Amino acid sequence: MNGPQDIGGRHGFGAVIPEDEGERFHADWEKRVLGVTLASAALGYWNIDVSRHARESLPPAVYYASSYYEIWLRALETLLVRAGEVTPEELAEGHALRPGVRADRRLSATAMPEVLAKGGPTERPGPAPIFAVGDRVRCRNHQPAGHTRLPSYARGHVGIVEALHGSHVYPDSNAHGLGEQPCPLYTARFDAGDLFGEDADPTLRVSIDAWEPYLEPA
Amino acid sequence: MHDHPHHDNELDEMTARVRALETILVEKGLVDPAAVDAIIDTYENKVGPRNGAAVVARAWSDPDFAAWLEEDATAAIASMGYFGRQGEHMVAVFNTAERHNLVVCTLCSCYPWPVLGLPPTWYKAPAYRSRAVREPRAVLAEFGVQLPETTEIRVWDSTAEIRYLVIPERPPGTEGLDAEALARLVRGTA
Repeated sequence: MNGPQDIGGRHGFGAVIPEDEGERFHADWEKRVLGVTLASAALGYWNIDVSRHARESLPPAVYYASSYYEIWLRALETLLVRAGEVTPEELAEGHALRPGVRADRRLSATAMPEVLAKGGPTERPGPAPIFAVGDRVRCRNHQPAGHTRLPSYARGHVGIVEALHGSHVYPDSNAHGLGEQPCPLYTARFDAGDLFGEDADPTLRVSIDAWEPYLEPA
Repeated sequence: MHDHPHHDNELDEMTARVRALETILVEKGLVDPAAVDAIIDTYENKVGPRNGAAVVARAWSDPDFAAWLEEDATAAIASMGYFGRQGEHMVAVFNTAERHNLVVCTLCSCYPWPVLGLPPTWYKAPAYRSRAVREPRAVLAEFGVQLPETTEIRVWDSTAEIRYLVIPERPPGTEGLDAEALARLVRGTA
């Protein structure tokens, strides 16, 4: 979607503020959001693409005015309400008004290390790739109203296939209950001049990881 | 019926809102607060950039490992015990005298957790995400890194589930150092 998350190459966001590498949270509530979000994912109502789509579906004015973990929290509330596990009345009360549905799936502290160690690999058996390393490809003018991982700055531009990664779960379908639809995943490399115009850094090349449906021969 | 979460007045709005949601989920038996504590402890205290520093130091001191890293970073890194969530599919990219690599996730915050821990705030913030692909030289300068004008800059936008780890060049004059000393050096210069 042409949502607020798609900001590569956009102007006006100000200076980068470096921090000490030990600095990972700015408040204790941020830690709880991380933990509750990961624990809630174990209930099995959504996948990573659904949760990303919930975050980027926040109204742009809300997205840009929210800190990172505030975006996570708002999306988590939305997902839990959509799943039917939490009601707006409960959020307003700050207490449960009825029992949970999938309490049998609750992630225990003892099971947690195994869940984190397993992660969520996305490589799957899939069709043979139609492009090879070195091929010229153009990013399609792909602008679905739903979830996509093709950044807008790459649309319409010609690049070179630099790597193949096998077939991976296709986010554009997986975010919308349409199944994993695995398809070949590539790294495609572009000259910055093509992406960002005549003032672009001549020494700069940028790559994206692109699923095959994002690309066409060039 | 309230039109906003009721909470202790001394709590700030976000603390109250997060506490409300966690309370609801715990009361419903959907979330175990001990599991939440364990997740936080994992990423605050157990998984962090020292893992990545160990990988870099080994790549500097063990050519076979560096070759393995280039060929199959997921397996090479897993052999050191670093794997799992947000590191399922790893690629290592190597800085050279001619080329400097920079990793970004313009669409969200993808970051190789098992080797670098949770992404720092600047990595997740719109300023870095928007500028890293367009003006990485200026961004690097804000981190105190000045690159020669002729150095090629290669930016990797992590738009899929591939996670990138940059292997810096081994600094000159470090020939006598073992992997442990090199890892400390990486931490100091990362």
